[in-house]
Amino acid sequence: MFKIFGVNKMFSITYRFQKYVFFLFVVFLSVGLVEALLLSPPDYLQSDSVRIMYVHVPSAWVSLGIFSTIAFLSIGNFIFKNKNFSLIAKSLAPSGLVFNIIALVTGAIWGKPTWGTFWAWDARITSMLILALFYGMYILSWKIFEDKLQVTKITSIIAIIGLVNVPIIKFSVEWWTTLHQPSSVKILSDSTIHSSMILPLFLMTAAFVLFSLLIFLMKYNTELIKIKNKGLERL
Amino acid sequence: MIIDKLLMSGYGIFVWSAFAFTMINFIFLYFVTKFKFEKEKNKFVLKYGSLNPEQSKAARGQATNREIISGTTVKSKI
Repeated sequence: MFKIFGVNKMFSITYRFQKYVFFLFVVFLSVGLVEALLLSPPDYLQSDSVRIMYVHVPSAWVSLGIFSTIAFLSIGNFIFKNKNFSLIAKSLAPSGLVFNIIALVTGAIWGKPTWGTFWAWDARITSMLILALFYGMYILSWKIFEDKLQVTKITSIIAIIGLVNVPIIKFSVEWWTTLHQPSSVKILSDSTIHSSMILPLFLMTAAFVLFSLLIFLMKYNTELIKIKNKGLERL
Repeated sequence: MIIDKLLMSGYGIFVWSAFAFTMINFIFLYFVTKFKFEKEKNKFVLKYGSLNPEQSKAARGQATNREIISGTTVKSKI
């Protein structure tokens, strides 16, 4: 059923794709930065500080997306016992954590001119911090535990428990009174963001997704070469 | 005009620091990941180069092994 997820098959695909992904990332990032910093208009209320949105929002989206993927791969690993699922999940985690940190830090920088403070124990910010802790626990577990079966189980449990936090992050601005503004970009209803801001937001999101894909490919290939190194020792 | 763009109505310090923090993280993560990838690849190439002809023949049978050593000096040995 999951022949495509076979190690040899995956390596031949992922190894070749790295350079193409890197090229696309550079293109999207360059155009996105010009749009975000120079061409997009300032906000009528927040003025130029709104430009922080173009790094803050995509980082938060990508970090949430990556953690959800890790959690679903962990569930898949429990059900289908496919080792490659945990390898993919492990390779996704570093970029997820970095995007989570970027979202927290750029959010704090944006908070100062907007709310007058870098940090508030607000539901959205606190739940994002909890996500960073889950990422931290997940990555540390891979480093601490040596037994493969044990580490796969532990990391999967961490990811599945952490998945509970994802809808809390998403709906925190609706469930509680928060400093953080509600979502401006909606899939199921009309977005409240101006159309002139959609393009740079889309470009920067695409660039961030490509960057996380690039890091994933490099990390995944590193993990595969590690396995192959062990294979050479057994010859 | 350039100064105006840099100052961004007084918000320049916040905007530029947010973008700089993001880019520094990108560069750091990219090079750390690349360094680990190259390190592991070099380890593989070294091990592959030290195999005896029989082991080398067995290793060559795997497509992934051939893919890893492609573009390296070990390629000429097989």
